[in-house]
Amino acid sequence: MRLLTHNMLSCNIKGVANGFPLRLEAEKWVEKEVELNADFLRHIFPKIEWKALAGAARAVGYCELPEEADAAMLDSEDFLRRFHHALLEIHVEEGALVCPETGRGFPITKGIPNMLLHEDEV
Amino acid sequence: MVEFGTHQHMWGPRRVTKLLGGIPVLRFPGSFDRSYPARSFPRGDAGHPAASALPEPSCRPVSSDVPISEALLMKVSRTAQIGLVSCHPEVYEPCDDSFALVDALLADREHLIEHRPRLCMELGCGSGYVISSLAIMLGELGCGVNYFATDINPDAAQVTRETLEAHGLHAEVISTDIASGLQKRLAGMIDVVVVNPPYVPTPEEEVGCKGITASWAGGENGRTVIDRIFPVADELLSEKGWLYMVTLTANNPTQVCRMMKEKGYASRIIVQRSTEEESLHVIKFWRDGVIANSAEGSDSWLSQFPFKSFWRSSGTSA
Ligand SMILES: C[S@@+](CC[C@H](N)C(=O)[O-])C[C@H]1O[C@@H](n2cnc3c(N)ncnc32)[C@H](O)[C@@H]1O
Repeated sequence: MRLLTHNMLSCNIKGVANGFPLRLEAEKWVEKEVELNADFLRHIFPKIEWKALAGAARAVGYCELPEEADAAMLDSEDFLRRFHHALLEIHVEEGALVCPETGRGFPITKGIPNMLLHEDEV
Repeated sequence: MVEFGTHQHMWGPRRVTKLLGGIPVLRFPGSFDRSYPARSFPRGDAGHPAASALPEPSCRPVSSDVPISEALLMKVSRTAQIGLVSCHPEVYEPCDDSFALVDALLADREHLIEHRPRLCMELGCGSGYVISSLAIMLGELGCGVNYFATDINPDAAQVTRETLEAHGLHAEVISTDIASGLQKRLAGMIDVVVVNPPYVPTPEEEVGCKGITASWAGGENGRTVIDRIFPVADELLSEKGWLYMVTLTANNPTQVCRMMKEKGYASRIIVQRSTEEESLHVIKFWRDGVIANSAEGSDSWLSQFPFKSFWRSSGTSA
């Protein structure tokens, strides 16, 4: 699971109002280099919740993202490289995503988050 | 498997269809090692008289007389390699409907490339054959495209990951019901959604069952899951977004298109394929008023439908 996905996931339990961001508890992660595509990064940037990304990156030991970001930074190659690395090159293999409201944990196994709900949560 | 093929005439039509949906009984000869150019299945080509003589599906790389490397195969192929598709007893293997969907995407490939999608998503990814094929055929767009794939069956999610990896591809795979947990934040962001849903008419209780049953069980008219998918796809799709969906004649695709028309979508059949038991359609939907591409701008959804063939096939298969 890339941090891109972490940034797009929210708790889907019925009645939960504040299910984002899910707290990332990473036990195992890997880094895989992938070609940087500035066009994709610029396109996705406005949709990214920056604080959630920076927090998730810290949870896997990557502390090179600024606390805040605005679109003007996309002109900086250095910024793009860090954004790219955090968003697309870190893969969480094992761990959990924890709902900030209910504390419900969603397991991440072999890189796949499991967002399936129990009957009483739907 | 061989038995089903041999004795299919003894089964009631619904039973047969159900088996078809769940167990890959009728395969087109050659489906196992398909490489581009895709076999074309003309309408009416049942393609399965030799079903009983077909080999067991192979989960191992296809051995070839020609010493041709996988890498080279990947280069010339525009779809995933069946030999590289991972498998699991509870996961739907690529079947006629999967091939129909991939062939539809291939038929529309040029448009897809021009479309320049940034995010694509498959709902109900099963073996991962379709999302891998999509990623391969859009390969020239490079890292500008990212992929998501979901399945309600965690085994399928795992198998999809393996299939992607075997092809050297990546998609973000999530075990979830349709796009639950993703659809809020991804609303309006997905440029291409592809779905081969569980479409076989079954008793309502079978819908959402665990394991392989979920791959075919579609409830009344096979529409229960389909009808839940449309509002989600509508939410996920970007302004210019396209949805490709497999349907069965029993799902009443004309009514599906009419319903989508009311929601503001134009539609077009990209592939139609009939066997004795079922007639599959791959339908493309896009927001009306947004030109899907120059060739489709003036299409009327109504003129797309071969109504007669619907009646004919529903007469024999319903
Ligand atoms: C007909 S199979 C298609 C598999 C694969 N896409 C293919 O074309 O070969 C349908 C798939 O949808 C999955 N599915 C069924 N209901 C679902 C739901 N509510 N949410 C997500 N996936 C679902 C099944 O587990 C199965 O893998």
